[in-house]
Amino acid sequence: MKMIMAVIQPHRLDAVRDALEAINVHGLTASEVKGFGQQRGHKEIYRGAEYQINYVPKVKLEIVVADDILDDAVDAIQQAARQGRVGDGKIFVWDVETTIRIRTGESGEGAV
Amino acid sequence: MSAADTSWILTATALVLLMTLPGLGLFYAGLVQAKNVLSVLMHCIAIACLMSLVWVGGGYTLALTAGNDWIGGFSRIFLLGLDRDSVASGLPEALVVSFQMTFAIITPALMVGAFVERIRFGAVMLICALWLILVYVPVVHWVWGGGWLAKMGVIDFAGGIVVHVTAGVSALVIAVMLGARSGFPEKVLPPHAPWMVMVGASLLWVGWFGFNAGSALAANGNAAMAMLVTHISASTASIVWLVIEKLKFGKPSLVGFVTGTIAGLATITPASGTVGPLGGFALGLLGGVVCYFAVDLIKNRWKIDDSLDVLAVHGVGGATGTLALVLFAAPAIGGTGFAEGQTLLGQFGVQILGVGVTALWSIIATIAIVLVTRRLIGLRVTPDEETQGLDYAHHGETAYRL
Repeated sequence: MKMIMAVIQPHRLDAVRDALEAINVHGLTASEVKGFGQQRGHKEIYRGAEYQINYVPKVKLEIVVADDILDDAVDAIQQAARQGRVGDGKIFVWDVETTIRIRTGESGEGAV
Repeated sequence: MSAADTSWILTATALVLLMTLPGLGLFYAGLVQAKNVLSVLMHCIAIACLMSLVWVGGGYTLALTAGNDWIGGFSRIFLLGLDRDSVASGLPEALVVSFQMTFAIITPALMVGAFVERIRFGAVMLICALWLILVYVPVVHWVWGGGWLAKMGVIDFAGGIVVHVTAGVSALVIAVMLGARSGFPEKVLPPHAPWMVMVGASLLWVGWFGFNAGSALAANGNAAMAMLVTHISASTASIVWLVIEKLKFGKPSLVGFVTGTIAGLATITPASGTVGPLGGFALGLLGGVVCYFAVDLIKNRWKIDDSLDVLAVHGVGGATGTLALVLFAAPAIGGTGFAEGQTLLGQFGVQILGVGVTALWSIIATIAIVLVTRRLIGLRVTPDEETQGLDYAHHGETAYRL
């Protein structure tokens, strides 16, 4: 099993979910987060004064998938979230030791 | 006494209270950080209540009953002797007390914009109570209570001098003596809720119909024209800000737009009983431009943290209207003209004197008030409390739990 963590533009969330459901990934956790990367932030102007907005709103996704569909899932996220601009986000992948379904107690890939 | 006049001023009284509660409260609360929203709303509503008590206790009698050129008398101290048959200015006196009370509420509340996010709550209360008696009440008497400026024929229909110059100038004095917010100007955060600023400004706009048209103290053509020119000026100044921001930054902002609205409203206030529609348009144009550059001058160049631009928008707007109204008073363009025997230049001299002396008195008295408050209560919250936000640090509450 693999954990996919992706940080994406907030308005791409629904497109990413649709792309994942199309390859039978049913389930993700999304959080509203703020951060900065190459995009750095932006300026806003109120009453003639410039304010530097240092942290940009993003959505962070956490998705656990079986090993055999990892590549498809990463491709789906990358294509659905991509707009070709700085600030599109990043995808990180790491190993997951196990998964346990709280309702039944079953564990392993079947619990994902 | 006419029932029509009475019913309109009853209505106007409610409209002017709406300007402070919740209009000004929301206007200011949207402009501060999320951690200071409740403290700003608390300032507005607590000022409303405390000023009401100070007004009925001694403010009204010293402002508006017969006295000398400088201050009124004591005949209505604690409103003694006021009953259902009392009459003043052709209206039930209880109504005059109430209508003028809503002005005594919003004027010190305007100053809140200068000291948000860093002042002690107790200091706000003491400063405003002393300020009402020492600054606002005498100036009301000078201009509206038969005092020396009234005798000279100064024109201030609804409070360009009485409300906006006093509050604007005093606000700057308090801002300077209190010091800037920590991190000002580079590290101050932008308005937390521009939509709330717009809602507040809109309530102020509607309430301002009561403020200006109510100042006719009658249900007549003077009131109707005051309402019309008020609306024309507000609309014009709003568009002026939109155009300036579009030209300067490429994007017209909502916060800028409604700041223009307030600038237009403040500018027309002293003139709304004197000018016609063309004058309303011209003053909106002038007030919009002048206030825009005043904000830039005070905040961005002088680097004085009059946090929500009280002097630049209210004080400068009110003064601009008070001085420029002489240009648009001619009956040929719907104005009322001047008193018999008065010339344009003569009137202009009186207007300058009114603005100048009022500003000077506001500065002197406010310095004294702030010094006394610093001694008795202290002005600033601690740096830790400022970082934490006044909502939790001073009121034990949080505005948003999302």
